[in-house]
Amino acid sequence: MRVSLAWRGAIGRPSVLFACIVLVGLCLSACLAPFYAQGVGVDPFASNLAGSVMRDGRVVDVMQPNDNPLHLGLTPIGPSWRWGAYSLGADSQGRDVAARLLYGGRSSLLIAGASACLCLVLATGCGMVAGVFGGWIDTVLSRLLDILWAVPVYLFAISLSVVTVGHDLRFGPFHIGADSFLLPIGIIALIYVPYAARPIRARTRSLMTSGFVLAAQGLGASPVRIVLKEILPSLIDTLLVLAPLIMALCLLAESALSFLSLGVQAPAASWGSLIHDGEGLIYSRPVVAIAPGLAIVLTVLALNMLGEALQNGVRPMRTR
Amino acid sequence: MRGVLSRLGQTLFVLFGISVLVFAVFFATPGSDPSARIAGRGASEETIARIRHEYGFDRGLVARYLSMMDHLFLSRDLTSYVNHGQNVVAEVFHAAPVTLSLVSWAALFWVGGALVTGMLAACFAGRWPDRLLSGLGILGLSVPVFWLGEMVNLLSQSRFHDTMLFRWVPALGYIPPGISLTGWAKCLILPALTLSIAFIGIYGRILRSDLLAAMQEDALRTARAKGAGPVRLWVFHALRLSGLSVVSLFGLDFAQLLGGGALLTEVVFALPGVGHLTYQGLSTLDLPLIMATVMYSAFFVVIANVLVDGLYRLLDPRIGSRSGTAARGGRSHG
Repeated sequence: MRVSLAWRGAIGRPSVLFACIVLVGLCLSACLAPFYAQGVGVDPFASNLAGSVMRDGRVVDVMQPNDNPLHLGLTPIGPSWRWGAYSLGADSQGRDVAARLLYGGRSSLLIAGASACLCLVLATGCGMVAGVFGGWIDTVLSRLLDILWAVPVYLFAISLSVVTVGHDLRFGPFHIGADSFLLPIGIIALIYVPYAARPIRARTRSLMTSGFVLAAQGLGASPVRIVLKEILPSLIDTLLVLAPLIMALCLLAESALSFLSLGVQAPAASWGSLIHDGEGLIYSRPVVAIAPGLAIVLTVLALNMLGEALQNGVRPMRTR
Repeated sequence: MRGVLSRLGQTLFVLFGISVLVFAVFFATPGSDPSARIAGRGASEETIARIRHEYGFDRGLVARYLSMMDHLFLSRDLTSYVNHGQNVVAEVFHAAPVTLSLVSWAALFWVGGALVTGMLAACFAGRWPDRLLSGLGILGLSVPVFWLGEMVNLLSQSRFHDTMLFRWVPALGYIPPGISLTGWAKCLILPALTLSIAFIGIYGRILRSDLLAAMQEDALRTARAKGAGPVRLWVFHALRLSGLSVVSLFGLDFAQLLGGGALLTEVVFALPGVGHLTYQGLSTLDLPLIMATVMYSAFFVVIANVLVDGLYRLLDPRIGSRSGTAARGGRSHG
């Protein structure tokens, strides 16, 4: 197989190495989440308000009495920073923050990855059709994308989520449960289609006038053949550069939606909904909100670094 | 002249499309019957039927759409479904100054920050200040704005509120400039900084690469050959050449933020702006309120598009009849 120009330019850079290690590590830790939960013996989804845990050789309650003068209410146990149950403390329901962080990573990475793929597929379809056929098809598609582009992305995602997420939806034979990940994936993919379709359309347009496509046309190749055999392989670089950047945007959008309780629905958790859970404890147990936020920053940072390195691979030297 | 007219036609088409989209999403989605929601939980069939008739939900979609547009734009007396009798147009106009203040402060920070970081990075291209700034830029656009806001609140309202650094920070909320000008500035500085971090990252990086590209242009080579000093070269020649794409991007981002794109920042810092209003409308599924805020937002974005297009042609006569603006870089995630 032809080695992609973007990948060849990026491989071996320290930032790419860092990004790949971080991403692989995050995926592995997300996959191993059940082993952690079983290993230390906690359930990340069931509330454990009356539970207790071994701490420094003593059995202590997960929910501790408040240290304010009136001793009103309960504060979840703080982090121990050691291997074992409740190493990052408990949240307001007495659940293990570390286990929820790992399980949250599963949802976040799954939704971000799936919506990035879906978005690129949709955008490639739109962009290639607009770029190959031109004329009125191009005009109509570009105007439609302009409409999507004109609405602030988060507003668009939030309005779509409000009316769909959390209901049982039936589209003929298809049934989407209230807690399905399909809705967030679809919504997040949709909002970034214009963002990805523009460069794909522009690249297709420029490829359509390039020598090898004209030659194929002159030889009587059908539009289908031109799209599949000539245009699509040449778009690989564009898609490869877009993929991590779109996934970074998708992860941020997913966390924002879940933060507003419009993405992943309870009992499932994602990093965004963990930040939402930690909001009420922000002044007493800030680690509940800090940890998932740091996880998001780390992931998005790695994805952006990867995207930039790939982009530098295809860009001419002088503008690096 | 013909170009302007066709652009105006396209603008109206885009506005129409957005309104239809919002309307369709709200009425065509399964499980979102507004009359049942207005009637409340456990309402009888008759109540729901009466409400359906009263609000005109039994009429056709087209008639409903036209009547809503009539109330929104012509008579401007569209009222909320949730808070009965509340005029949503007035609500939006009440919230707009808050958003305008926040976004203007943020724009001040992000243009200043981007100019400084972009110029510095371009001057030291390839050396350590460039690498450092580029790393910080990527970090800036990787931070979720709502989490950053929470962290800023944690530091400034709780942990370090009693230290010199954050003693001046007022409680969360908005203080109109009519009541206290200094209070207005104080309550907006931290939210605006939070909002601008991602934009400083995006704009600094774009400005840097544009500056480096501009340095290769013939005009710059001529200026250098004529003996222009570094300041003159960078500020008057390269910056002017590379300003174009940043100006167009700025117009679009500014308009999106004004139109409610700063929703998350407004929610986290409890600022009663347009984004907050939209969020409120969305969480109660109040269609008139949502329609008003979305149309208001789309209006800003589309107008900004037209302005940027015009400005582009004015600044760069080479462009002529190019349609659409070359929007690049990241989308706003306020």
